[in-house]
Amino acid sequence: MDLSDTPQEAEFRARLREWLGKALPSLPAKPSPDDWPGRRAYDLGWQRTLYDAGYGDVHWGADPAVRMIYLEETEKAGAPYVGANFVGLLHAGPTVAAEGTDEQRAHWLPPMLRGEEVWCQGFSEPDAGSDLAALRTRAWRDGDDYVVSGAKIWTSHAEVADWCELLVRTDPHAPKHRGITWLAMPMDAPGITVRPLRTLAGSNEFAEVFLDEVRVPVANRVGEENDGWRVTMVTLSFERGTAFVGEVVACRRVLAELAVAARENGRWDDPVLRRRLGRLNAEFRALWRLTQWNVSEASEGVPGVGGSVFKLRYSHARQELYEAAAEVLGEGGAALDLEQPWVLDRLSSLSYTIAAGTSQIQHSIVAERVLGLPKGR
Amino acid sequence: MRFQLTEDQWALRDGVRGLLAARFGRERLRAAMEGAGGAEVEPELDRGLWRELGSAGFFSLRLPEEAGGVGLGLPEAVLAFEEAGRVLLPGPLIATHLAAGVVPGAATGEAVVTVVDGGGVVEWLGAADVVRGDAAGAAPMRSVDPLTPLHRVAEPDSGDRTDVLLTSLLTAAEQLGTAARVCELAVQHARTREQFGRPIGAFQAVQHLCAGILVRVEVARAAVYAAAVTVDPADIAAARLLADEAAVRGARDCLQVHGGMGFTWEADVHLYLKRAWVRARRPGSITECEELLAAELLAEAP
Ligand SMILES: Cc1cc2nc3c(=O)[nH]c(=O)nc-3n(C[C@H](O)[C@H](O)[C@H](O)COP(=O)(O)OP(=O)(O)OC[C@H]3O[C@@H](n4cnc5c(N)ncnc54)[C@H](O)[C@@H]3O)c2cc1C
Repeated sequence: MDLSDTPQEAEFRARLREWLGKALPSLPAKPSPDDWPGRRAYDLGWQRTLYDAGYGDVHWGADPAVRMIYLEETEKAGAPYVGANFVGLLHAGPTVAAEGTDEQRAHWLPPMLRGEEVWCQGFSEPDAGSDLAALRTRAWRDGDDYVVSGAKIWTSHAEVADWCELLVRTDPHAPKHRGITWLAMPMDAPGITVRPLRTLAGSNEFAEVFLDEVRVPVANRVGEENDGWRVTMVTLSFERGTAFVGEVVACRRVLAELAVAARENGRWDDPVLRRRLGRLNAEFRALWRLTQWNVSEASEGVPGVGGSVFKLRYSHARQELYEAAAEVLGEGGAALDLEQPWVLDRLSSLSYTIAAGTSQIQHSIVAERVLGLPKGR
Repeated sequence: MRFQLTEDQWALRDGVRGLLAARFGRERLRAAMEGAGGAEVEPELDRGLWRELGSAGFFSLRLPEEAGGVGLGLPEAVLAFEEAGRVLLPGPLIATHLAAGVVPGAATGEAVVTVVDGGGVVEWLGAADVVRGDAAGAAPMRSVDPLTPLHRVAEPDSGDRTDVLLTSLLTAAEQLGTAARVCELAVQHARTREQFGRPIGAFQAVQHLCAGILVRVEVARAAVYAAAVTVDPADIAAARLLADEAAVRGARDCLQVHGGMGFTWEADVHLYLKRAWVRARRPGSITECEELLAAELLAEAP
């Protein structure tokens, strides 16, 4: 068991730290949360900056230990979050890298890494959420194209995306897990209508996407026709297994800021609150260690179902963190004031036990696939 | 960074597991309890087993080879104590381990060493050859754990700081072993016990209890192993908090999965829970750990 940097890792860390010290101060100001085009430009700009400095591909392909260092150092330094690049960099990209053809990799990965294109995820449908394999969006072959009709929902970043990792039903007669296909759909294709949905935080984080005879080239299919469920499992294992990893470091930073704020407003003298913050410190330390453990174990390739263990605990801890933040902001209604830092984050933390598979579904996955309990109902 | 067990560490873990399976299997556990049910008499400590642990290097694991020890580190000790926690190995294991090289005979298992810990409690006072700290006026209590006799002392000893840290870490390791074991017991029972014509493990409510146990084990495991590597007081406090939680809540949920059977003396579940309770009150308690971790948040603050 080794937690120390190898000489190469230490060198990478030092170089990155030095570069961040120079790069971060010259970043433009953060756009407002409601300004999606502004956020897209900002997030892509940051990715481009990373790419130009030689850090563009650090999310996949690179040594996982190096990725951990990258996440640790960028978060500690307060560097921008992946934001609109979440789907592309954290799960569509890794899926294409693992399952795509050489042409597909050459076509989609470089623009992702250069910060030129944003991806979104068109998996969920109005009647296919937890039961994702019940999806009904249809696709049929017409020459070199698939023609797609149906509706997707909760599609994050749909308004500003260039590509969509899309699940479609290509064989309506096959058992429900078998007739699914994974496609990359260009978001500017005719027949696509995006209708933003307002979230409980008041923002337009996600949207409904209506598909009316949208033509998607057969060449955009990743994996075989009707073999999309297997590819989907790869995508979801990245989404649950590695996509939230960097946020643990961010939570640790927030927690330290909370402690300082509590000291300043006197709440720190409340032993119950203080101890609660101490307990959260244990939580996020352990989650970071679990991440290091999982990354060392996977070492290369696709993360296993262990990602569900992490996702369950992390999504819960994140919500507890922002509940504690509300305690710290406390009296005088500060915890209810949307202008206050952390109030929006508290609202958005509510989605973590739902998005990327609900906690109930993750518990069932852990029970059946990790512990080997009989298949339940 | 490669935060995984090395080949040697796997081998050590398997070795300790094998030794304990051979020498302290379930029959030995139940036999050790015979007569302990009333809790009026202190249970016997198996001296033969103690010496055997000594010759296997359990107590001298971290003692340098020059001093007759095995010359391994804390991560290895943590693995060994995790195995001890899995089988509920009785005795003042940590105190004797920490006394190796200091108290004659501790390293080899000739001497049984116990300590007056910060909470003003002594484990296994009657069986001990050597007591570290002042146990004058110790009064026996009816220990909740039939396999851990306890005495109370009026004047708690504040204890050596390093010893407190290591005690907390090794306690966390034992708790981890117990937590992992109760997870297995819960899953075994859920797979075999049938109700409504199917194994109860097919019911979501039971599945989710079991999954919750596992999640706590895995999070605690990462924290405990990391603390063994860094020996950082905040890491140790985090490990202890999470391992205590994994063991105590895990045992309670395991009991729930066992239903009425879980409430019997016959089932082992209560032994795991009671031992977890006894360990949870050792120095480095919940309050201390939480306060330490809270203070640590401000340590680097401007
Ligand atoms: C902020 C946010 C962003 C999202 N972004 C995307 C995106 O970009 N792309 C995308 O495709 N999807 C996205 N989603 C959708 C997300 O994956 C789904 O919301 C999620 O899988 C749950 O599906 P559902 O909303 O239909 O809830 P339902 O499946 O209707 O579940 C409702 C409740 O029932 C419970 N439940 C359902 N089935 C079971 C069962 N078998 N056992 C026990 N409990 C059960 C659930 O746990 C939940 O509590 C996003 C969601 C959120 C909140």
